[in-house]
Amino acid sequence: MNEMQNSKPCRKDLLMQIGHASFAVDDVKLYLDTHPRDQEALDYFYEHNKKRNQLLKEYAKYYGPLTVDTAVPSCSDRWNWINEPWPWQEGGC
Amino acid sequence: MWNYEKRLQYPVKITQTNPKIAQIIITQFGGPDGELGASMRYFSQRYTMPYKEVIGTLTDIATEELAHMEMICAIVYQLTKGLSPEEIKASGFDKYYVDHTLALYPVAASGPAWTATYFQSKGDPITDLHEDLAAEQKARTTYDNILRLVKDPEVCDPIRFLRKREIVHYQRFGESLRIVQDNLNSKNFYAINPEFDMDSNCSCGN
Repeated sequence: MNEMQNSKPCRKDLLMQIGHASFAVDDVKLYLDTHPRDQEALDYFYEHNKKRNQLLKEYAKYYGPLTVDTAVPSCSDRWNWINEPWPWQEGGC
Repeated sequence: MWNYEKRLQYPVKITQTNPKIAQIIITQFGGPDGELGASMRYFSQRYTMPYKEVIGTLTDIATEELAHMEMICAIVYQLTKGLSPEEIKASGFDKYYVDHTLALYPVAASGPAWTATYFQSKGDPITDLHEDLAAEQKARTTYDNILRLVKDPEVCDPIRFLRKREIVHYQRFGESLRIVQDNLNSKNFYAINPEFDMDSNCSCGN
């Protein structure tokens, strides 16, 4: 806790942004399954997927990985996967 | 192959426990029109589906249903966290508690445990997609029924999100059915079953 820095982005804000970008990706992915040649939808997919991947990397840097692909070496020498709360444990905080 | 993503598809943050509504909402985990059955239905049907757009739709919707199952479990978990024996007795949660304590177990609101007989994998794309369309509407009706019984805005918010996804999935399955029919004989969609009669199995002589 005492490692907190002013430049560190707020965890909740970052998670919310990841949620928004990921939902855009999830929703347009289903649309593309039945409309695979829709260029506008393809552009939308790539735009939000890129943003999502950037946000996931940023989250991993400060708070540990949400996905195995963003589990990169950080300043921590611990296995961070188990340290941050699990998604159903967020209630009331 | 699947990878776990350590977040919910839509946030669940409930500050007030309520075992009475937990017992209602758990039906979308292990009930006849719940998320577990939905996911297993689409995952089972996809292997013999002959059209790539529909395989993609079944795979991606089945995957999303797993995320919905996790949201439902998070809602039930937060609604029952830290209950006292008195609260459990007074709310009627005692019958679930005696078998499962406060753990998550897939049951219907009316009591029975989840069963694979809640869904079908028939091996005919028109038949299976009609089941899938019906399943999405049944899930939507269940969410409508939940919203009539639940007033806590912290619970209603994620339930409304899940209800809307049923409508989107219904739309995608409708498009999938159209894609299947576009690949069949428009004079008789039932002349062959494209999951069985396409190659050496074709004996319909038309």
